[in-house]
Amino acid sequence: MLLSIELALILEKLALIVVVVMSSLLIAMYATFAERKVAAIMQDRRGPNRAGPFGILQPVADGLKLFFKEEIIPNLSSKFLFILGPCLAMLTAMMTGAVIPWGDKVHFFDRDIPLQIADINIGILYVFGVVSMGVYGIMIGSWASNNKFSLMGGLRAASQIISYELAMGISLIALLMTTGTLSLKEIVEQQQESWYSWNIIKQPLGFLIFLICAFAECNRTPFDLPEAENELIGGYHTEYSSMKLGFFLFAEYINMFLSSAVMVSLFFGGYDIPFLNDAAFAEKIGINWMALLHAGMFLLKAASFLFLFMWVRWTIPRFRYDQLMNLGWKVLIPLALINMLVTGAFILLQQNNWHF
Amino acid sequence: MSITEILFWFLSVLAVGGAMLLVASKNPVHSILYLIITFFAVSGHYILLNAQFLAIVNIIVYAGAIMVLFLFVVMLMNLNADSEPPQKNRLLLYSGTIAGCCLLLVLVAALKQSSTTSQLVEMGGGDAGLIKNLGMALFSDYVFPFEISSVLFLSAMIGAVVISKKEA
Repeated sequence: MLLSIELALILEKLALIVVVVMSSLLIAMYATFAERKVAAIMQDRRGPNRAGPFGILQPVADGLKLFFKEEIIPNLSSKFLFILGPCLAMLTAMMTGAVIPWGDKVHFFDRDIPLQIADINIGILYVFGVVSMGVYGIMIGSWASNNKFSLMGGLRAASQIISYELAMGISLIALLMTTGTLSLKEIVEQQQESWYSWNIIKQPLGFLIFLICAFAECNRTPFDLPEAENELIGGYHTEYSSMKLGFFLFAEYINMFLSSAVMVSLFFGGYDIPFLNDAAFAEKIGINWMALLHAGMFLLKAASFLFLFMWVRWTIPRFRYDQLMNLGWKVLIPLALINMLVTGAFILLQQNNWHF
Repeated sequence: MSITEILFWFLSVLAVGGAMLLVASKNPVHSILYLIITFFAVSGHYILLNAQFLAIVNIIVYAGAIMVLFLFVVMLMNLNADSEPPQKNRLLLYSGTIAGCCLLLVLVAALKQSSTTSQLVEMGGGDAGLIKNLGMALFSDYVFPFEISSVLFLSAMIGAVVISKKEA
């Protein structure tokens, strides 16, 4: 039988899924708090500081507030799709976490447990598929609310995500040419040697393009046109209230965290600890502690990307729509193509021992 | 029944049911959503056949890009019962029914004739669908058709750009 899976494996994966989902929810929760704190610091304010010491209970208070608000479903909306929209947004946001290697492996109950839910050999394409699904939540939700401005926001989101997906894909092709594999685990393992074997050294331009596209895919400033409140009242979630609105806003933070995680594993060595011989150190302190250190390092790197997302949001104003499209189609795609060609030429030269 | 068989039947019902609802549903947006379900079910079948690359490309290209564009256009045109009154032309209805029956006849005849249908596809076996083998095959044995189809795509793309330029 093909799919006869032993019980221990199911339990192990189930536990891993629960941990990954819970921790991404928790991190997204505190990302909302961090966003407000970062904004406050940049604008010389104090930020939220009332709920709990230093305001660290603020996300809980926000969540409770959203839950207790009145649910409003517009009369002329199609109700099923109206509810499906935010659900899809949350679902697709969470799904990326399945292929990200959060650490090497831990050893419990005589079993080596890899800290990755699924090591499939099309890992990065899976991420891509999920990202391209992400637009449905916004589109369905915006259409179902039967509001012109919502629809405009949804259409903006769709066209923006499709346009930037192209440049993202081409910049990834150049990266995949250097790694020679699509599996995220193998890509991370190739970068374990030292900090100069990280892919950012080999593909700086590719990383820059990927970063810009990641901003656009997450609908973050300067690409937050789908929710430009001064043009569209509120954007694609104008008609939403209560926790359904909360899901849309929350999905953005989960997307941010998971795209940071993808960037870390693709370009910044994943769980590799710089300036440290990981294998030798692991023998000294044991595999399990090393895995904890690795996961901590991974989260630290992801957190610095989250900070970058926030930093940009509170520094750079929003693009105009034509500027957005020009940047996507006329700057990023040609740049990504050139990057791909140059990378290909380099690889050919290298295989030919640097002779033409 | 093994898990594979259960999955196969589940996905088949999903695919066929989605396709039926796609044709039957009155609202074009709902039709598109049913079509997306069908694409997912078909991708599931590809995974059962161990063709992971095909499965994920099916999702990225068809479900992720083309269907979004379909949705985009339908939403922009705001098609509904008011703008598209139900078909009243009797002649069209009859001719459509007859044409559909003819297609069904041809399909059934073709399925009866072919001998391979009685053989079940080997599930989960083989690694021809894995990305490495697929890439090797595409760029060695099938490199000429591959390049030809890429030229076709390029010309289609240029054609689209030219058409949109004329309008402006």
